[in-house]
Amino acid sequence: MTRAQVRQAVLDALITIVPEARPAEIKPAVALREQLDIDSMDFMNFVMALDETLGVDVPEAEYGRLSTLDACVDYLGGRLGIGAEPS
Amino acid sequence: MGEFRMPALGADMVAGTLTEWYKHPGESVRRGDIIAAVDTDKGSIDIEVFEDGVVERVVVAEGQKVPVGTLLAVIRRVGETAPSPPVTPQPTVIPAAPPSPAAPVAPAAPSAPTQRPRVSPLARRLAAELGVDLAGITGSGAGGAIVQEDVEAAAPSGGDRQGRMRRAIAAAMARSKREIPHFYLATTIDFALASGWLAQWNAERKPAERLLPAVLLLKATALALLEFPELNARWENERVQPAEGIHIGVATSLRGGGLVVPALHHVNRKRLPPLMLELRDVVQRARTGNLRSSDLADGTITVTSLGERSADLVLGVIYPPQTAIVGFGSVVERPWVVGGVVAPRPVLMASLAADHRASDGHRGAAFLATIDRLLQSPEAL
Repeated sequence: MTRAQVRQAVLDALITIVPEARPAEIKPAVALREQLDIDSMDFMNFVMALDETLGVDVPEAEYGRLSTLDACVDYLGGRLGIGAEPS
Repeated sequence: MGEFRMPALGADMVAGTLTEWYKHPGESVRRGDIIAAVDTDKGSIDIEVFEDGVVERVVVAEGQKVPVGTLLAVIRRVGETAPSPPVTPQPTVIPAAPPSPAAPVAPAAPSAPTQRPRVSPLARRLAAELGVDLAGITGSGAGGAIVQEDVEAAAPSGGDRQGRMRRAIAAAMARSKREIPHFYLATTIDFALASGWLAQWNAERKPAERLLPAVLLLKATALALLEFPELNARWENERVQPAEGIHIGVATSLRGGGLVVPALHHVNRKRLPPLMLELRDVVQRARTGNLRSSDLADGTITVTSLGERSADLVLGVIYPPQTAIVGFGSVVERPWVVGGVVAPRPVLMASLAADHRASDGHRGAAFLATIDRLLQSPEAL
């Protein structure tokens, strides 16, 4: 799996939680809770979707590492053993 | 024969528009089946039937707006035989408002599967409410999916869904403030034991089995209500009438504005895991426009929590004819005295707004103290 695929999986999970969201408009470095108006219930569903699609069980103590789209890709990529893409 | 009537989905509802029949004459139905959709000021609601049988005949056609209590359909119960040709009084139909053409409601989606556009659930329900044909809309959502904004843009005058919801909230809340003598109490609860217990529970489980603090608060509220029936009640006919079950209405904000208050039933009897599943389900359905009549008709008290948005304290407005609303604020770290020593502890403020005709401050304070006490033994909830 590549980082691009992880990013797409995160976006897909977000769309299942917030169907009205437009992936192209999600700012990668802005807090997801703020820009998508999601609460703890939505976030729980988001974590469940990631568990189902990527097989990554995010402990509650590490929810804070999923604050933005970029942070999600970094964290999940790390958990999946995917290194950063060369710049 | 059973009579299937337009339900009252809240104190402020006087009429509804039958937008779609899911079951038709001759089709079997079972208790709990969704057989129709009704458009209310708070959105489109699926209506359930409460007996087993066969749809004998439909009395109100799709697109008709009728008062609460109007006969919508007749259900032939199991074991009953078909009657002789019926004589059915014509329902009182409320004309559509002038700006809305009285055209029949368009189907929610074209029947040919190959032509079916991708549509978000909320957009689909909204299209049915507003009579918008989805086939004529180009979606702007992910992968060309039709989303709420597309439907609103396609509807005459934008549908004014928000406006209708605001007017419904205005009617119920103005009535409450006009008629109910509220009194307000608040207390700060040490949430350390509950937080610790919750963290331990969640650390040992997969995401789908984890709990949110809200479910502990709901269960503690429900158990406390066992000792304070006057707060789980209706004020009607100049007296307090305690409810038979504890059905907590959960104030649920909707993306884009407004709120709905679906109820969780018999909260006091349920263990935390199934209660969490029910809470997740009802919030999800509220936010995708898939609520059912039983979700909205049965609340006996309301709980509102604004802690998500960092509010320390919420003093609610009672939803008539209920007699109380409980509010919970954010769980925050505060200096707290434990055993004579100041220490940082997670705390939250719990509030009660109660109807002074039904209860008094002394009882209200004892109720909040009971919630506090229950939350100090989270493992027993």
